[in-house]
Amino acid sequence: MRQTTIMPGASLDGFVVGEQIHRGGMASLWAATHPDISFPLLVKAPILSEGTDPAAIVGFEMEQMILPRLSGPHVPKFIAQGSTGIQPYLVLERIPGPSLLARLPQLPLPWAEVATLGARIATALDSLHRQHVVHLDVKPSNLLTRPTGETVLIDFGLSHHDELPDLMGEEFRLPYGTAPYMAPEQVLGLRKDPRSDQFALGVLMYFFVTGVRPFGDPQRLSGLKRRIWRDPPPPRQLRPDCPPWLQEIILRCLEVHPAWRYPTAAHLAMALQHPDQVKLTVRSEKLRQDPFTAVLRRRFADHQLSIPKGKIPARHDGDAPILAVAIDLSPEAAPIAELLRSMVAHMLPALPGARVACLNVFKLGRITLDQTVDDQGRNIHLQRLVELRHWAAPLDLEEGRISFHVLQSPDSASAILQYVNANHVDHVVIGARASSLRRSLLGSVSSQVAAQAPCTVTVVRSRRMRKSDFNQEPEEQSDVPWTVG
Amino acid sequence: MRIALLADIHANRLALEACLAHARSQGTDRLVFLGDYVGYGPQPNEVLEQIMAETAQGAIAVAGNHDQAVANDRDAMTPDAETAMVWTRGQLGPEARDFLASLPLRFEDGTRLYVHASPQTYPPWIYIRESRDARRALEASRAQTIFCGHTHLAALHGITATGQLVSFAPVPSVPVPLPSQRRWLTVVGAVGQSRDGNPAAAYALLDTTTSEITHFRVPYDVQAAAAAILEAGLPPALAARLRKGL
Repeated sequence: MRQTTIMPGASLDGFVVGEQIHRGGMASLWAATHPDISFPLLVKAPILSEGTDPAAIVGFEMEQMILPRLSGPHVPKFIAQGSTGIQPYLVLERIPGPSLLARLPQLPLPWAEVATLGARIATALDSLHRQHVVHLDVKPSNLLTRPTGETVLIDFGLSHHDELPDLMGEEFRLPYGTAPYMAPEQVLGLRKDPRSDQFALGVLMYFFVTGVRPFGDPQRLSGLKRRIWRDPPPPRQLRPDCPPWLQEIILRCLEVHPAWRYPTAAHLAMALQHPDQVKLTVRSEKLRQDPFTAVLRRRFADHQLSIPKGKIPARHDGDAPILAVAIDLSPEAAPIAELLRSMVAHMLPALPGARVACLNVFKLGRITLDQTVDDQGRNIHLQRLVELRHWAAPLDLEEGRISFHVLQSPDSASAILQYVNANHVDHVVIGARASSLRRSLLGSVSSQVAAQAPCTVTVVRSRRMRKSDFNQEPEEQSDVPWTVG
Repeated sequence: MRIALLADIHANRLALEACLAHARSQGTDRLVFLGDYVGYGPQPNEVLEQIMAETAQGAIAVAGNHDQAVANDRDAMTPDAETAMVWTRGQLGPEARDFLASLPLRFEDGTRLYVHASPQTYPPWIYIRESRDARRALEASRAQTIFCGHTHLAALHGITATGQLVSFAPVPSVPVPLPSQRRWLTVVGAVGQSRDGNPAAAYALLDTTTSEITHFRVPYDVQAAAAAILEAGLPPALAARLRKGL
C-alpha cells in the first residue's frame, strides 16, 4: 500500500495541494488552496502504514465525525472531506501563525499575560462544550490564535462528542491523552466530563506562570495516577509574584474531583476576567504542598477517585448558567427591583450551580468629565455597589456565586449587551417599568436587550391594569434622565 | 437516497401514519419495513393494507416473528401477546394472510441487509440488546450495514476489521455518520409499541449520500391508539403499556 498519494501539486477534488507543513506520528498536514476559496486551507491525512498506532485512524474517524458539526471562531472551519481511494483526508481552514508551543522557550510568562491567555482559552472551551464536545487534549500545540485574537482549538482526534459514538473510548483500554495535561478522571478512562478540559487548562496556566509542569511528564500509567493523590507545589511557592486570586483559579482547575472545579468553562473565563470578584479560599493562601500524612491518607483511604456511573451531561450550563440581573436602583423603580429579586429568588433553587452577576448602569454624559465630576462619579460608583449588595442581600448567596458590577456608559442597553457578550452570560433578567410616562423609553432598554442579547432574556414587569383602567397619558418622547430598569 | 426504516408497527395505524408523514416530510425516497406489522395492536387490517399499498409501489418489507406467528404458533409468546395473536388471526382475511406468508426473512439491498431481529438463522428470534449480541450478529453477516428492529429499543453498533466494537445509544434527531472504515448494525426503535418510557413512535432515516443515520421520535395520538385497543377487547395491559411507552 502506498503511504500517501497526496503531494505538492496534486489536485484533490479541486483542492490544490501545496507544501507539506508537518508530518507527525498520526497525520500529515499540507497547505492547500482552492480557486473558489479566498482563505488558506489545510489538508490533513492520517498516516496509514504498517506499525502505525491504531489510534491514528480512529482519531481521524472521530475528527471526520466531529469537525463538520462544529462552528464558530474557536475551531478551524471545516471545508470538505474525501478520499484518494485508499487515503482519506480532511480539508480545513488553515489558521496562520504558530501554536502556543512556540511560547515554551519564553516561560515563565508574566502572570497577567497568563490570565488573559487563560481567559481566551476558557472562552474557546466554553464554545466547544456548548457544541457537545469535550476536547480531551488541550495543550500548547493544539492552541492557535486568530489574527483577531480568538483562541482556536485544533485536533479533535481524542475528543468526545456527547451525541456521537465514542470510537476512541470503546476501543482502547489505556487512556489516551497527553501525559502532563490529562485530568485524573481521564487517566481512569472517563471521557465525557467537560471539566477535564479545565484541568488541562489549569496545567497549562500553572506551567506558563511557573515554567514548571505541575505533574511532570510521566511515562507510565502509575506515574499518571499519582496526580490523584499528590498535589503540586502551589504556584506562589515557585513564583511569589503570582497573585493569590490567580493561584486560587489555577488550583481550582487542578482539583482532583471534577465537581470541585468550576461548573463550566464560562465560569472559569469569567473568574479570569474579573480578578476582584474571585472568592479567595485556602487555595489562594497555600504556600507549600500538602503534608505527607495527608497525601498518604488520600492515597490509601478517603480520597480515592471513583468514576461515577451513568451519563454525565457534557454541558453543565443547564443547571449552572451565568445569570445577569440588570437592576434599576432609582427610588421610583423600587417596586420593580423587588419584583426582580423575587423572580431571581424563585429561579435559583432550580439552578444549583448558577452564578449571579448584578448589574447597574451608571449613565455617563457624552462629554469628557472634569476632575470634580470624576470624583463625584467615583462616589456614585461606590454608592451603587453598596446599593447592589443591599438589593441582593435577601437572596443570601454565598460569596463566589454572586458578583456586582456598575457599568459606566452613556447607553444602558449597549452596556448591558457588551457585558453579556464578554462574560458568556446565559440568561439576562431585566425589569421594564409599567409607568406609561417613561415606558416607551425605559421599555426600549429591556426590549433592545431582549432583541439583541445572544441568550435567554426574561423581562420582568408588574402586572399591568387593563387599558381601560388607564388615564391616557401622552406617550412622551422626552429626554428625561433615566437609569436602566 | 434517503431510506426510511420502520420496524415493529404492531397494528398501530396512528403511529404508522405519523411516521410515514414525518418520513415524507424528510424527503424519503424509499421505505423499508423491518417486520412485525401485526400483534398487540387493534388495526392489523388497516396497517397491512397500507404496507401492501407501499410494497406495490416499491417499498421493501421483511417478515417478523409476529407476522410468522399468524400462520403458525410454533414460538412461545407472553400471555397478552398470545391473546392478541389469537384475536389477530380472527381478524385477518386470506389476502392479508397470503401477504404475510409471502414476506422474506431477509432482504439484501446492495451492501445493506434488512432483517427483523438479527442476521442469524431462525428460530430462535434473537434480541440484540447488548454489545455481545451485536458482535455475534455482525460476525454472522458480511453486509456493510445491517438494519433490524425486534427489541423496540434504538441502538447503533459498529465493528472494525480487527473486531473492535463500539456501541451507542442514538440521540433523537441527531444525524450520526457511519464511516465506511467499519461495519454497522442499526437497531431501529418501534413504530407502534415504544418500550423506552417515551410513548412517541420511533423510526430511522438513512441518507446514503452523506452516509448518516438519524433516529427520529414522532409524537402521535397515543390516547386514541390505547382507546382502540380497549374497544377491540384486547387485554387492557396492552393499552396501559402503550400510554407509558413500556
